[in-house]
Amino acid sequence: MNRRVVITGLGVCAPNGVGLTDFTNALLDGKSGLRHQPNLEKLGFGCQVAGEPLVKDKLIDNYFTPLERRGLNATGIVYGVIAGMDAWKDAGLEKNTTDEPSWDRGIIFGTGILGVDKFREAIHLIDEGNVRRLGSTSVIQTMASGISAYLGGLLGCGNQVTTNSAACTTGTEGILMAYDRISQGKAEIMLTGSCSDSGPYVWGGFDAMRILPRGYNDNPTKASRPMSATAGGFIPGSGAGALVLESLESAEKRGAHIYAEVLGGEINSGGQIGQGSMTAPNSMAVQRCIRNAVTNAGIKSSDIDVINGHLTATFKDGLEIENWSKALGRAHEDFPYINSFKGSVGHCLAAAGSIESVASILQFKEQVVFKNVNCEDIHPEISKLISDSCIPRKTKKHASKVIAKASFGFGDVNACVIFKAFTKE
Amino acid sequence: MLKEEKYQKLKEIIKIYLPEDVAITDIEQESHFMNDLNINSANLVDIVLDVEDAFDIRLENEDMEKMQTVNDAMAIIDTKLFEK
Repeated sequence: MNRRVVITGLGVCAPNGVGLTDFTNALLDGKSGLRHQPNLEKLGFGCQVAGEPLVKDKLIDNYFTPLERRGLNATGIVYGVIAGMDAWKDAGLEKNTTDEPSWDRGIIFGTGILGVDKFREAIHLIDEGNVRRLGSTSVIQTMASGISAYLGGLLGCGNQVTTNSAACTTGTEGILMAYDRISQGKAEIMLTGSCSDSGPYVWGGFDAMRILPRGYNDNPTKASRPMSATAGGFIPGSGAGALVLESLESAEKRGAHIYAEVLGGEINSGGQIGQGSMTAPNSMAVQRCIRNAVTNAGIKSSDIDVINGHLTATFKDGLEIENWSKALGRAHEDFPYINSFKGSVGHCLAAAGSIESVASILQFKEQVVFKNVNCEDIHPEISKLISDSCIPRKTKKHASKVIAKASFGFGDVNACVIFKAFTKE
Repeated sequence: MLKEEKYQKLKEIIKIYLPEDVAITDIEQESHFMNDLNINSANLVDIVLDVEDAFDIRLENEDMEKMQTVNDAMAIIDTKLFEK
């Protein structure tokens, strides 16, 4: 069984926009969601810039009951529920109000770590000898699968309901896991996405590794500079992205709006062998992942006209471009358009793959390639590999045919997914 | 504290834990938290904590086990307040 799979719903809760309209407008203009964070300054962080979705209290009331809001201290759940419920609604789907679970609908919603602030609350109570005061919400807000469990309950799904975790690859991996499930006929509709908590306890470890830029605390919107000669490290972000994947059969039966088709892709690991390590990618595996994604999608590498890279704004961006170029056998003028949204949203860690996939797919709808920000000064190593014209510095009118999206993560893990503009045949 | 006042205070606590299909007017003194008011067992733990905060008392494990109905809760609160 190898069924066609399409995308029928999108939702997003990102540092530069909550909801599809605000997010799209921010991407069109390159509006930044990166801000100076006073709490990081107070705590003596080297990098005090981060990306955090601006979620108003009133908005949270639309998604959570007063009971659910009590003791709710897991930002990842807030972002994930907003994005997930929005995507479901965007797909024209409703909550299950029957007495029976929706057997053919499931959820794969990933995260890296969930409910860190809630966990901190619990740690303090436990250390004070007050474990009895934890209440009933501690476990459900801190278990990794808290986010898929929340959404599963809200929507009444009866198919697989799970949380995947593969560091910064999580969101992209989830799309391919959902694709597989539908393509194999095991589900009709899968809500997939990923979320990442905000705050010092998530971002601190990266600051300690000294991989975040420290020179932009007074100039936050310039801090994240993918593909730039002056790139100095990634800016941590947070939020959630969500996509509804559906069999073409089911989408047509429902008369749903189709954003794009998922042609498949590839997930692999570099084994932390050779050039690969816990924190660095093995180029052999990255190239293989991209090449296999092309093959699995049943296309030729020349069919790809837009790439959304992982491109975090570290010195590794040049290596990533080299890997794309070698894997696709395309260089200079022949290279596809390429962009990174991390210049304006930062690196949303586990949420990166889903937020950036939502953005990538919006390019089909808007018939544009969203601009790259903060790379007026393209890195000379990158200019040697591909033409500067492949890196739009202004949002460009373009009807994308095939978009390749990749994410790479700690643990030397890779995922590459291929999206295609939807045509009936 | 008057009995009626205590009862109202307890009802206010219970209110937020009621599922959609149960109204605040359904709460009666004889109501069983789980069987009549459809409150799930996990949330009973939270009701106990709210009662502790509202009445400035401490409930032990055996008190929690005894607390099956609204009347049980009232009786436990009375005992604890008396012991204070």
